[in-house]
Amino acid sequence: MKRSLILWVPFAVFVGVAILVASALFAPADRIVKSKLIGQPLPEFALDPMIEGKPGLSTQAFATGRPRLLNIFASWCVPCIAEAPHLMALQEAGATIDAIAIRDEPQAVAAFLARHGDPYRAIGDDAERRVQLNLGSAGVPETFVIDGQGRIVMQHIGDIRADDVPEILAALEAAE
Amino acid sequence: MIAEFGLAALWLAAALAVLQLAMAALGFSLSRAPSESDGRGEAARQLFAAIRPVAIVQGLLVIASFGALIALFVRSDMSVALVVQHSHSLKPMLYKVTGTWGNHEGSMLLWITILALSGAAIALFERRLRQDTLIATLGAQALIAIGFYAFLLFSSNPFARVLPAAPEGLGLNPLLQDPGLAFHPPPLYVGYVGLSVAFSFAVGALVTRDVGPAFARAMRPWVLLAWIFLTIGIAAGSYWAYYELGWGGWWFWDPVENASLMPWLAATALLHSVTVLATRDGLRAWTIVLALVAFAMSMLGTFLVRSGILTSVHAFAVDPTRGTFILILLAFYIGGALALFAARIGAVRQGKLFEPVSREGALVVNNLLLSVILGIVLIGTLYPIVAQWMGQQISVGPPVFNKTTVPIALALFVVAAAGPLLRWRRDETRALVGRMKWPIAAFVIGVVAVLLLAPGTGIFPVLGLGLAAALAIASVAPLAGRNLRRTPLHLYGMVIAHFGVAVSIAGMASESAFNKEVLVAARPGQTYAVGPFDVEFQGVRPTVGNNWTGVEAVLVARKGDAARAFALRPQQRFFASPPTETSEAALSTHWNGQLYAVIGQRADEGRWQLRLWWKPFVTLIWYGALLIALGGLISLIGRVRGKRTPKPEVTGYRK
Repeated sequence: MKRSLILWVPFAVFVGVAILVASALFAPADRIVKSKLIGQPLPEFALDPMIEGKPGLSTQAFATGRPRLLNIFASWCVPCIAEAPHLMALQEAGATIDAIAIRDEPQAVAAFLARHGDPYRAIGDDAERRVQLNLGSAGVPETFVIDGQGRIVMQHIGDIRADDVPEILAALEAAE
Repeated sequence: MIAEFGLAALWLAAALAVLQLAMAALGFSLSRAPSESDGRGEAARQLFAAIRPVAIVQGLLVIASFGALIALFVRSDMSVALVVQHSHSLKPMLYKVTGTWGNHEGSMLLWITILALSGAAIALFERRLRQDTLIATLGAQALIAIGFYAFLLFSSNPFARVLPAAPEGLGLNPLLQDPGLAFHPPPLYVGYVGLSVAFSFAVGALVTRDVGPAFARAMRPWVLLAWIFLTIGIAAGSYWAYYELGWGGWWFWDPVENASLMPWLAATALLHSVTVLATRDGLRAWTIVLALVAFAMSMLGTFLVRSGILTSVHAFAVDPTRGTFILILLAFYIGGALALFAARIGAVRQGKLFEPVSREGALVVNNLLLSVILGIVLIGTLYPIVAQWMGQQISVGPPVFNKTTVPIALALFVVAAAGPLLRWRRDETRALVGRMKWPIAAFVIGVVAVLLLAPGTGIFPVLGLGLAAALAIASVAPLAGRNLRRTPLHLYGMVIAHFGVAVSIAGMASESAFNKEVLVAARPGQTYAVGPFDVEFQGVRPTVGNNWTGVEAVLVARKGDAARAFALRPQQRFFASPPTETSEAALSTHWNGQLYAVIGQRADEGRWQLRLWWKPFVTLIWYGALLIALGGLISLIGRVRGKRTPKPEVTGYRK
């Protein structure tokens, strides 16, 4: 390349950067980060039981032909307390709910369940957030709807509110 | 009246900036006139003579304006909108003052104050630059200032009144009520905006085609000055985030941290390339590009913080108009300067060439490695925007940045160790290896020691500790065999700065390799072990400050014998205005590290979330940074004062 052309390279790079940031300025980002795994099978995992008396959780538990919910929670998470009654409502409406507890301690989880209700069939212990990150989940609480073949069909980010319950039930029904 | 005075001073300063630019332009067109009659030449001389005073008065006016804004905050004048939004009459005095720049308008006024003061400083102190280049430089400085005055006056007036006056202010983000905040943005801004001087110098040199050793020697102290402040600002910001945010980390690769790192990387590269230009008259075009890029990165950082296009803990109130305004300024100044560069630099004679194995060669490698790191940080910071266009949502975090930048940084440290031991112009590889025998021995000993004492340490920390040892030895090697009394100050500066780099790397590597973390739901009376300490959680008690209430945990830590127990009191603070919760970490500093405690939410049954870290030698990170800045300062003193050596481009390099 000729020297005179090389000298325009910094300018060209700058124009590229300027156009890029201008595009971001005029089309503000959608800040809600959805998992890339929606429509995909669950990633492989096998978690130890979190508390005594309840099984742990692994990928095999999901491909049973019946859709179910996968709730990601923690005893230290305040919105998880807020969503607890609605998870109970979902369970009473017939949903099977499995859970992954994030960075937690057995006594703390047991106390949390005793206090706010226990809608869970199984709770896996994800002390280092590995499975959570593999699921493409950014925080707690989050809830995934998993179909009978173990595929993720829906992701709910944040605590489940009363008006979210029918939507999640409908998704479970549709995944049947 | 204070507000009106401040605003009037700002308008006057803006008018003087316009005048300064006009005088520079007019002077140039007169002196360039084909038939240089005496009258025109005389008029040009008079115009040029008047530019320095104009720049100085402009600086004084802006200082007065900034002083007025501080006075408004100190008096808690609730008829000024900015004070109402960001201050509170009950706030401690220190934070009233720092509240002046803890918001968008005030920080922009601080920015322009430093810009105008830089211009005034050039006018007052710069004596080495060729007259016409100096005039062009002051013209460029005025041109930059005009844009920022316009930005402030038309879209972010800090002195706007609110009628009727509010009874009380709305407070300040309590996270920001901390001495660390009070003192970390101003040096950063001096650094950012100080780079505008390098930018103006580069533009001036392009206008007059005066790119050579004399120009480089004139520019070097200004770059050093900005770089010292930038170094201090980044180190202080890092320490602030470390103890105030309570996450236990000292660098998060947050977009705004990256925004401060990028100008620093460019300025560090510039500092080294300007030495090649000053000493050996090489790297002409490259040095000019770096000077332009360094300030471009400063402006890009300002844009990223204020436009809100990237999510960050630092975001100011987000406003798309402001973002657009800064983007237009950015496009005009940086785009214009880079276009000027491309059009003009071809006319500048190519600099001297040199052998690859030489001091120059090492400095070029240093520059390339710094530029690659800069490129990675820039791409990583902006990548989420690209990804969004491809329909993905991605945030680029520490795993990516650490994996990509650390290996390059390690290579850079090798060059930093070897470079100062190379001769200018040409050297022998074998001779270099001979001079490097002690550093190489230190590297081997360091690596073996770490592998023996702490098997299982990651590869990067092991290499980091080994290289820290090697660089520590290599950095002082240039002093060996010299008469220490007659050694020039700038050489001491380099030695201290490179030694500081070694100290910093040792801290970073040690922190990432040997960090111990404990997270528990603590019950009063229980004891938890972290690193060499046993920490007893005695309980929680209420506490109160003058504008907050809170709880504090009482922790007693001991190492072995109980006699030397010490207390740690991490707090949770609740601020009423605006309602916010913050956590105050408790730190206990020892010669070999820091014990770091954070109290979190209340858990069930009287238990509290408690997080404890033992961070071996973590403080070396900031001590090293201070040494780097100190090295810069000593070098700066040497450069400004020293006139004893003859000009190297005349005599050739004198060892």
